[in-house]
Amino acid sequence: MLTQNIRNFCGAFVLAMAAMFMLSAFAPEANASEPTAATSAAAAPATATAPAAAAAAPANPAAPAAKAVVFPPAPKLTASDYPTIPGVNSRVAIWLVAQLHLWFGAFVVAVPMFVFIIEVIGMATRDERYDNMAYEFIKVSITAYSLTAILGGLLAFCMILFYPDLFKYMALIFKGSMWAYALLFFAESAVLYMYYYGWHWLQGGNRKWVHLTLGLLLNAVGLQLMFLANAWTTFMMSPAAVDAAGVFNGDTWAAIHNFLWNPINIHRVVANVAYGGSVVGAYAAFKFLSAQKKEERAHYDWMGYNANFIAIAALLPLPFAGYYLTAEMYAYSQQMGITLMGGVFAWIFIIQAVLIGALFLSANYYLWCGMGRSEGAYRYNPRIKYIAFVLVIAFLVWFTPHTLVLTNSELKDLGGPYHKYLGVLGIMPAKNTAVNYLLVFTFLSFMFYRRANKIATVSWASAGNAAQIALFTAGLINITILGVYHGYFTNTVYKVAASVPQVLTTLVIIIISVVIDAFMYKGAKDVAPLHWGRMPPRSQYALFLLAVSFTWLMGLMGYVRSGIRQHWHISNIFRDGSPDAFTPGLGYVASVVSVGTIMFMAMVIFVFWLSTISGRHVVAKGYWKEQQA
Amino acid sequence: MTNFLKVVAFSLLVISGFWGFSNFGIPQIKPADPPVEEKVDLGAMTMEQFIALGKKNYDGKGTCTLCHNSLGRAPMLDKIGTVSAERLKDARYKGTAKTVEEYLMESLVKPSAFVVSGFGKAGTNDTESPMPDVTGGGIGFNEVETKAVIAYLQDSSGSEVTVEIPKMAPPTEGAAKAEEAPLTTPDAVVTKYGCGGCHKIAGQTGEMGPDLTKIGATRNKEYLRQAMLDPDAVVAKGFNAGMMPKNYGEQMKAKELEMLLNYMAGLKK
Repeated sequence: MLTQNIRNFCGAFVLAMAAMFMLSAFAPEANASEPTAATSAAAAPATATAPAAAAAAPANPAAPAAKAVVFPPAPKLTASDYPTIPGVNSRVAIWLVAQLHLWFGAFVVAVPMFVFIIEVIGMATRDERYDNMAYEFIKVSITAYSLTAILGGLLAFCMILFYPDLFKYMALIFKGSMWAYALLFFAESAVLYMYYYGWHWLQGGNRKWVHLTLGLLLNAVGLQLMFLANAWTTFMMSPAAVDAAGVFNGDTWAAIHNFLWNPINIHRVVANVAYGGSVVGAYAAFKFLSAQKKEERAHYDWMGYNANFIAIAALLPLPFAGYYLTAEMYAYSQQMGITLMGGVFAWIFIIQAVLIGALFLSANYYLWCGMGRSEGAYRYNPRIKYIAFVLVIAFLVWFTPHTLVLTNSELKDLGGPYHKYLGVLGIMPAKNTAVNYLLVFTFLSFMFYRRANKIATVSWASAGNAAQIALFTAGLINITILGVYHGYFTNTVYKVAASVPQVLTTLVIIIISVVIDAFMYKGAKDVAPLHWGRMPPRSQYALFLLAVSFTWLMGLMGYVRSGIRQHWHISNIFRDGSPDAFTPGLGYVASVVSVGTIMFMAMVIFVFWLSTISGRHVVAKGYWKEQQA
Repeated sequence: MTNFLKVVAFSLLVISGFWGFSNFGIPQIKPADPPVEEKVDLGAMTMEQFIALGKKNYDGKGTCTLCHNSLGRAPMLDKIGTVSAERLKDARYKGTAKTVEEYLMESLVKPSAFVVSGFGKAGTNDTESPMPDVTGGGIGFNEVETKAVIAYLQDSSGSEVTVEIPKMAPPTEGAAKAEEAPLTTPDAVVTKYGCGGCHKIAGQTGEMGPDLTKIGATRNKEYLRQAMLDPDAVVAKGFNAGMMPKNYGEQMKAKELEMLLNYMAGLKK
């Protein structure tokens, strides 16, 4: 029986993985006879020296000319090439629709990931509460899935309507992957509906394995969809297999596998999980606040805790994924990297610091409130204030700007564009150090929370604690020295060199601590049963703050990712000739992001409401005609 | 319902907080408008004007100062005129230039011909430069702009300016298409015809010509029309004749000229 189950599971896994890797073989089929000679060189930014006509010619003269597809150069557009609708700003319209699609898309790609994991945990522990929670999570996402699809359609519609030449150019290059996307979308819908509607049917024994397999397939297809869409976006940032005139001379895989594709894929997978966790956390918080019964409150408190755990677990590695993405942007184009971090976009990262600070503080606050569920938390409560202090200091350092924009008289008073004392905190090494402190101390909060209700019974508990204290101390000293040395004793080129060893130090602290804790608290005694539901209402607002901050942050960073192309539809090869080609000011950006966030929140409330009414059943006495027996 | 309203109010408050901080908590910097290829009258241009054009492109369209600054991201160019001759003799030099002018041109379009120690791409042992080809898509200098930047680099580093002003400007890409319809806003006219290169107007900050931000307060439309069509007829105090191109009457469409005149005549505060 078990062997059979394992075989089924492995078979499904192989099938899902094969589907994922077949994509690259499948997609180029649409233009397989195209030349590929220039593909390898195309990852670098296009240069003007390559003659367009030569690049467009087939590399293999023996290939049948009739089969060769010659791609046109990128069109040179003027304002009159962009259709307009009176009273509609086409850039804002497409901006909002794309962002709404992305918010919902991130949510529906993320939820099945942790639903699958929770289902596995439920299966392994035979604790039905996990299964019920996983079902409730997927129930919330099912309506969001429809909205994602509708918004995706609307986005395509807006592209065709407002940017027809850009859409045509992209569709010529990506026609193979767009077709694959459409097919995968049907597959995603079919698997999702089977997974959701078959939840209670596929319970127990082999049926549960089949259900789990569906969950795995759902994730495999969902991720493939996201990776395909990411390829279109990243091609616009780092076009591949194109010459200076924008003539495409590779195959579909070359266009998909462009320079920034994988960094964005990694960043989005991690961010989506954190985001999905925060949104279902908000759902649980609302249900908690509205709950009338003690059991209901306990259930949603538990659900909120798990959602927050998911959000924090994904939030911890997120800055590293962000650094990797930024480093790759530098590697692709120094000009793009510097414009991002040191040019007109630099101030966005101060706003980002405020938002991420809000995320970390709210997640930590929720954990500290959660310690009230345990009778043993009094042992750790006195230390919370020190963690809070470090988090606030780290946040303030991260938030400190480097260059100040000042009037001449202010410059004169200050003696330069940098503040005498605080200016030194504005550089990246100081911020990297602060972020790593933020991560380490958030992890410490989580450790305290996990330990609050347990008493270690192993004989070496004191030695284990001492080892952990030594680990944290040594790690923090290392992070500080790395930051100070690279920040203030090296030149600009090497200033960011501290980031990788600092990140590794943080990861070492976290991983070794988790391992020590796992052994030290094996067979530990509970102080008392946890009091689920014993949470102050204000704690739930921390979960709302988490969800709203995350949404706003995603909107802002979505703008940065897109805006870094500045006046190019496709970086350096396809210029934006529309009247909206200018880069907007940050106040304007904030207004659009805020409007988008409010629209998204309104739609999410609608989704939550739908999932609530689906469980209600009213008996309309006297309404229906009584049937004769 | 009370909880629902509280949650909505809280969420709106948080969003307002982020919006307020972004609008009032940080400086509002207006990013530069997309670079435009300006029409230049090379026939009437002096070397000083050509060097000024180079500086403008060096600071603006070329985004050279993003890296070539005191932060150490790329070599400083304040002595480029003198060090170029030494680099031509360097064993690591891989190019074909014979003169300083040729070397500077090569550095702009084939930056890897010589990479200053410590400034190469990571892992290339200073054999590959991270600098883009300035005539490529990202910057897109034409021949005039490239030569003007070389003239500026030679001048600013205190060496002899050997660059000759090109005989005529290359055709503007897409110009034929763009000229099909007149521009619809004064800002677009100012941008297209490069008024901001010399004048303060419409958010642009040129300093070679008179400040036009309040020109309507002292000059009427007819005066301005004459200044546009025959700029040397009356020259503003403190400025020299011959500076302003005389061919705007041929370049601009009638609608554009009228719109610009109305706009300038309205600049009174």
